[in-house]
Amino acid sequence: MDKVGLNTAEQFSAPNAIRPPLWLLAELTYKCPLHCVYCSNPLDYAAAGKELSTAEWVRVLQEGRAMGSAQLGFSGGEPLMRDDLIELATEGRRLGYYSNLITSGIGLTEAKIKALKDAGLDHIQVSFQDSTKELNDFLGSTKTFELKQKVAHLVKAYDYPMVLNVVIHRLNIDHIEKILELAESIGVDYLELANSQFYGWAFLNRDHLIPTRAQLTAAEAAVHRFRERIGDKMRVYFVVPDYHASRPKACMNGWGAVFVTITPNGTVLPCHEAKMLPGISFPNVREHSLKTIWHDSDAFNRYRGDSWMKDPCKTCPDKEKDFGGCRCQAYLLTGDATNTDPVCELAPHHYTVEEAVANAEREHPKITRPLVFRLDQNSKEFCKPSI
Amino acid sequence: MPWKPILLSALGVMSDSTPPKPDSNTIPTIKRLFRLQWEEVQQKHVLLYPEGMVQLNQSAGEILKRCDGIQSVEHITAQLESAFNHKGLEPEVLSFLEIAHGQGWIEYR
Repeated sequence: MDKVGLNTAEQFSAPNAIRPPLWLLAELTYKCPLHCVYCSNPLDYAAAGKELSTAEWVRVLQEGRAMGSAQLGFSGGEPLMRDDLIELATEGRRLGYYSNLITSGIGLTEAKIKALKDAGLDHIQVSFQDSTKELNDFLGSTKTFELKQKVAHLVKAYDYPMVLNVVIHRLNIDHIEKILELAESIGVDYLELANSQFYGWAFLNRDHLIPTRAQLTAAEAAVHRFRERIGDKMRVYFVVPDYHASRPKACMNGWGAVFVTITPNGTVLPCHEAKMLPGISFPNVREHSLKTIWHDSDAFNRYRGDSWMKDPCKTCPDKEKDFGGCRCQAYLLTGDATNTDPVCELAPHHYTVEEAVANAEREHPKITRPLVFRLDQNSKEFCKPSI
Repeated sequence: MPWKPILLSALGVMSDSTPPKPDSNTIPTIKRLFRLQWEEVQQKHVLLYPEGMVQLNQSAGEILKRCDGIQSVEHITAQLESAFNHKGLEPEVLSFLEIAHGQGWIEYR
């Protein structure tokens, strides 16, 4: 959604107008057959409680569409673990959403691919952990590589536009040429090389995952060569990981600006990480309408616009461009979500990012703890009240 | 409705490769990766694609909704000229199609 926009400025031009949530992410379930070390689900997902029913999801989809949501993502966990996915995809199409299934591919049988196509699902994004069987299976802590390849070919065979998503980090970035070849052999339309962002499980495993500058430079060069060769047959997105950037990302295009996440139990978030922020009570669709939540809740208004900012953001000309970066990252690295995202070279806490990047440059980076996989038993540890 | 000129500068980066030049006989069609639809809340046409959306201004929307793989540029232009009571639109239609092609939104039949 942050790709191309025509005349976006002209449309909701009233100052401080609350714009519609154009992007609705439906995290249908936290159940997942994979255990990825960089999973974006909250650490304490095991405490999330009862999932929304089909009827509740249908109501949420209707409310979102009426507010102007146009892109719908079915995500998780693994959304295929919900047995009402086809029903929800049907409803999504009926309402006029462009619907995206964001999946590991596990559970995506040919029958299901066909049924989803008939239901009107627009697009399937399959994620791979790596181009090699060994690392793919290790990083997801399960044996899935061959299955995923088969699924990717099926997605193509049923004429879905296909996005292949690979989370990139220190352990697989050197395989980038192989990943590009794999994407070419499958014939994907878009390849997202998503550099790992350090929240949740990835933050726990950060020392293992931050690449070196040399690795990044080599990977960027490989992507550049590939683009030159392949032309417009495939679009390749490779975004520099923000720890290695000098200015922060325009996280979610601003808090409560275009993006809304509905979590499996109905809690509504401005981004899929925000639940980590203390002192905010995130509303639930079981208690309020999506419209009330988006417009009137304290949670969605907390960091909307720029009145919450302090310096250097407050007086920075770039605040319209990057919105001060990411609130969750500010909280994770400084303990205060109203601080400037420490990725910014102007941020007083920029040293926290510099230290992490410098550690990655060492011959033997200091490792805080062994790799932690996203497992229910690990999550349960994070559900216990902290001391 | 009055015809509003398309602001080329608002259309983003153009492709560096030299795409085929459209002319009066070109038959443009929206590529299968994209879905054009009217958005009531936004009061505009949008092009939807995997996890993305291009918000089109009025003129761009009016042109693209006629790119159906059947009508030629000549026909599309005639329709627009009649609908907007505005003569001489072909150069603008052609330059928009070049950009839309460069963005990968359309192909030529």
